[in-house]
Amino acid sequence: MIEEVVSAHLPVGETLRIQKNRIEGAEPKKRRLAIVTGTHGDELEGQYVAWQLARVLKKRQPLLRGTVDIYPALNPLGISTIYRGLPGFDLDMNRIFPGSSEETMYEYIAGGIIEDIAGADLCIDIHASNIFLREIPQVRINEQSAEMLLPLAKFLNMNFLWVHSAATVLESTLAYSLNSLGTPTLVVEMGVGMRITKSYGDQLITGILSVMSQLFMLEEPCPPVAPPIVSTDGNVAFVNANASGIFIPRVRHEERVEEGQLLGLIADPLSGGVREELHSPASGLIFTLREYPVVNEGSLIARILGGAL
Amino acid sequence: MKRKTLFTIDAQPYRQPIPVYGYFFGSEEKTLAVMGAIRGDEFQQMYTAAKLVQELTRLEAEGKIIGDCGLLVIPCAGQFSMNVSRRFWPLDNTDINRMFPGYDKGETTQRLAWRIFEALKGYTYGIHLTSLYLSGDFIPHIRIMDTGWQENAEGLDFGLPYLITRKPRPYDTTTLNYNWQVWETRTFSLYTKATDFIDEKSAQEATDSILRFLTRHGFLKDVPLPEGEATQAVSEKNLVTIRNTCGGILLHCRPTSSQVQAGEIIANIVDPYTATVLEEIRAPQKGTIFFARHAQIIAAQTIVFRLIPG
Ligand SMILES: [Zn+2]
Repeated sequence: MIEEVVSAHLPVGETLRIQKNRIEGAEPKKRRLAIVTGTHGDELEGQYVAWQLARVLKKRQPLLRGTVDIYPALNPLGISTIYRGLPGFDLDMNRIFPGSSEETMYEYIAGGIIEDIAGADLCIDIHASNIFLREIPQVRINEQSAEMLLPLAKFLNMNFLWVHSAATVLESTLAYSLNSLGTPTLVVEMGVGMRITKSYGDQLITGILSVMSQLFMLEEPCPPVAPPIVSTDGNVAFVNANASGIFIPRVRHEERVEEGQLLGLIADPLSGGVREELHSPASGLIFTLREYPVVNEGSLIARILGGAL
Repeated sequence: MKRKTLFTIDAQPYRQPIPVYGYFFGSEEKTLAVMGAIRGDEFQQMYTAAKLVQELTRLEAEGKIIGDCGLLVIPCAGQFSMNVSRRFWPLDNTDINRMFPGYDKGETTQRLAWRIFEALKGYTYGIHLTSLYLSGDFIPHIRIMDTGWQENAEGLDFGLPYLITRKPRPYDTTTLNYNWQVWETRTFSLYTKATDFIDEKSAQEATDSILRFLTRHGFLKDVPLPEGEATQAVSEKNLVTIRNTCGGILLHCRPTSSQVQAGEIIANIVDPYTATVLEEIRAPQKGTIFFARHAQIIAAQTIVFRLIPG
C-alpha cells in the first residue's frame, strides 16, 4: 500500500510528497523494518533495491511477519533534477536531521520523515557513492553506536563494515538522529552515483532477507551470508591527487594491491604529459576507486583497506 | 600596504592558476583579520573587503594606523567559483565554508579551507563577511557564535544596529566562524544587506563599522566616521520566525527594517494562476523586520520573515 509520509506545497501547483510502500505480513504491529534511500538525488543504487525488494517480499508474503516500509525517495526533487542536494537550498539533506517545524520546508520534511521512521525495529539507509567514486558494498557505523549495530550489520551480506570516528557535523545525519532516538539504523554505501550495479543490489537484498530472519520477520531459514571484514579508521589509507588533470586508472576496483604499486596517472591531455603518478601507500584491497576522470588537486582517488585479508 | 600571494588555486591544464591575495597593513602583529568572499556569489562581501583595502591603504599612508597593530584583509578566496557563476566548488558543489578547519592532505575544498585558515589563524580579532544559507535581506548586523569562548560585548563596538548571538548547530561546527573561535580568535560574522548584488550604501556601512571597531580599540586615530548606532544585542532564539503555510508567488508589503504592528499584513502569498491572495502573512506582534526572504516564488512551511520583537 502506498502511503504519504509528509508533504508540503511547492510554489506553483505541485505538492512535494514523500511516499512509502508499506508491505504487511502477519501481526503487522509486532515488528517494523524501514528501508530508506534517495537522500542524495544522484545516488540511484537504492532505486533498484527498493523496486526488487518490494517484488521479492510480495512473493514471500505468506512467510512475512510484521511490516516492511520502503521509502524509495527521501529527496524526490533531487532525483528528478539529477542533483545531489536539495534544489534551491544550500545544506545537504543529510545535514538537516532531525529536522524542525520552525525553519524551512526541507527541515519540516526531514522532521516528518524522522517521525515516521522512529520506533522501527531497524532502519537501513541505502546510499550509493557520489558520481566520483565507486565503493564496494559496505556498512558505515559511527563508533558511538557500534556496540548496538555491529551484531545486526554482520548479517547484511556486505563485504566490509567500517566503524568510523564520531564527528560533530555528522550529528545531523538521518542515521545519527534515528540511532539517538533508539531506532537502530545502518548506513549502506555501495556502487557509484548515477548508475545501478545490479549485482550489488541483489547482494544487499539477500542481506536484508537475512536480517529479517534474524528479527523473526521471515519464517524461513536465514539465507547464507559471508562474514564481512570489520575495520576501523586506522586500517584505511587514503590516496588523494596532488595535481589536477585527468585520472587514468592502472588498477581495477576491488583489486588487491601491494604497497608502492602504481594505482594510476594524472594525465595532462594538453601537453601529452603526466602530472602525477599515484602509488598505493599500503598493501590491501581497493574498496574505493575514482570513477569520474576529471580531478582537481585534492580529489580522492582511492581508499585502501590494509592489513591481513 | 603589502600585498602577498597567500596561495594559488590550481586546476591546470584547463583553468589557469588563480592567486588568493592577502593585503597587510601596519606592523607584523596579528591584530585583526578580515575574510571577504569565500563563496562564488558573495559579490557584496568581496566588494566590502575591497573598499576596506582602499580605505586602509589611504589611512596607512596618512599615518593613522597607530600602535603595534597589524591588519590583514583577504577580499576573495572564491574566484574559482565566481568566474563560472557557481556559489560552491564547481566540480563537486562542496562549500569551502563547511570545511573548516580544513585538512592539508584532504579533498580539494578541505585543502583550500586549510590554506585560508593558515593565513587567518592566530589573530586576536577575526571578521568574516558572510552570507546566510537562505537568500534574503538583513538589517546589517554582527553575529557571534555562542561557543562559550566569545566576548559578546565587543560586538557592540561596530556600531551596527544589531548584535545577534547564536547557539551553534551541528552544521555550524565546520564554518570559519566556529573554528576561528575554537582557535582563540575573537570572531565576528558581519552580515550586510546583500549577497549576490552590490548594495553601495550597505557596503559603506559595513566598511565604516570595521573602521569604527578599530578606532574604538585604539588602532586608528583621527578618522572621521559616522557616529554609528547604539547596538541592540538580541539572542537568535528571541527572534520571532514568521512562516507560511501556502506555496505561491511571494509579494512583500513591508521592506527590511520596517517597524510593524501586531496583526499588520507584511506579505501576501498569491496564487500563481489567478493572482488571488492565498495567504496573508501577518506580524504576530509588534516589532522590526530583521530578515526578509528574497524570493519571487516560495514553497510552503518556510521562513518568510524574522522579526525583532518590541
Ligand atoms: Zn548519500
